[in-house]
Amino acid sequence: MAGSSGQTSQEYIQHHLTNSALGYHPDHGFGFAANIAHDTGLPTSQVIGEMGFWAIHIDSMFWAVALGVLMIWGLKKAATQATAGVPSGWLNFVEMVVEFVDNNVKETFHGKSNLIGPLALTIFVWIVLMNSLDLVPVDLAGWLLSFVGIHYQKIVPTTDPNITFGISISVFFLILYYSVKIKGAGGFMKELTFTPFNTVWLVPFNFVLEVVGLIAKPLSLALRLYGNLFAGELVFILIALLPWYVQWTASVPWAIFHILVVPLQAFVFMMLTIVYLSSAHEHH
Amino acid sequence: MNINITLIGQMIAFGIFVWFCMNQVWPPIMQALEERKKKIADGLAAAQAGEQAQEEAQAQAEQFVTEAKAQASEIINTAQKRANQMVEDAKGKAKEEADRIVEGAHAEMAQELEKAKDELRKQVAALAVEGASAVLGREVDEKAHADVLGSLAAKL
Repeated sequence: MAGSSGQTSQEYIQHHLTNSALGYHPDHGFGFAANIAHDTGLPTSQVIGEMGFWAIHIDSMFWAVALGVLMIWGLKKAATQATAGVPSGWLNFVEMVVEFVDNNVKETFHGKSNLIGPLALTIFVWIVLMNSLDLVPVDLAGWLLSFVGIHYQKIVPTTDPNITFGISISVFFLILYYSVKIKGAGGFMKELTFTPFNTVWLVPFNFVLEVVGLIAKPLSLALRLYGNLFAGELVFILIALLPWYVQWTASVPWAIFHILVVPLQAFVFMMLTIVYLSSAHEHH
Repeated sequence: MNINITLIGQMIAFGIFVWFCMNQVWPPIMQALEERKKKIADGLAAAQAGEQAQEEAQAQAEQFVTEAKAQASEIINTAQKRANQMVEDAKGKAKEEADRIVEGAHAEMAQELEKAKDELRKQVAALAVEGASAVLGREVDEKAHADVLGSLAAKL
């Protein structure tokens, strides 16, 4: 709570939006950003910034991998049970999800690929799981972890741009890989330089346009997911600043709204990935 | 918004999860779905075939019944005809028999009549002889006039 530990509202919000980072600080050596901030009196977010690229968000990474492992475990369990007979319980649920993803892939992607189905499934299920941590009350995890001495914890991995960019840049590499593989390096270059205006005179213009369009794909994928979840989390944090007896009037509707946002954002990410990859597979 | 090594970590994790999903999860589930689809399609086809076979069997059964009915009525007709013929035959035979019996009886009666007539003639002849002898007052020798009496009796 805002007032409970003598924080101002701004500090409270800042605290909730700061990851637990481990890294090497040029002046203060290797360690947790929170500890360095405590020793030096600097804000934690500033310490993380000063650590530069060689810092890792332990919390994002932990929750992302933990949920990923949970996903893999659950899917593997269903895959082991999979039979042509009557599916029951968990298998039935997983099959429903797999068929949903497969139908979306088949509607959009007309080539043959062993990767795109599992890729879309992984993206959808993993992002749904990561987003759903959004629905955990904002102070619950931090409060529980404070008992074991961890004071910074951002449990929703998709509110960390590193996580969303990690997926979208991987997708971007796949777009490049398949573009070159299907169209050939020359074909891909031709697509970048001779569309949308098929004339030699507009090659530079075309190139700039196409490259911007290409780069916009991973950027929009990552920022859309990050923006939606970050904003959602921020609103939950703001609601948590209200007196406890009125919080439910805002947090319940917002949480219900977020039940919609969680799968929707995962679906959008998955769908756009399929669309981008299918356009990478297409000849012009 | 700090971009750092977490990004690389996330990419590696993502790669591993996708790879795992591609190798361990997607193929068996898709295979199961395909197999089930095929199984259901086969089941439906079999059900349709069964229905058709049942229809055919019903049609055949109906045909059998019709044939059997036709055969039965034919048999009944034949039997009736034969029975009628037998009755006719029996009637004919009985009539013949009756005629024969009647004829036999007639012949017997005629014979009896002849016999009775003969007897009567003889008696009449005897009576006539007796009467004549009485009239004549003497014994007519039967033996002597036997041929006369015989011719007389034959005239009666």
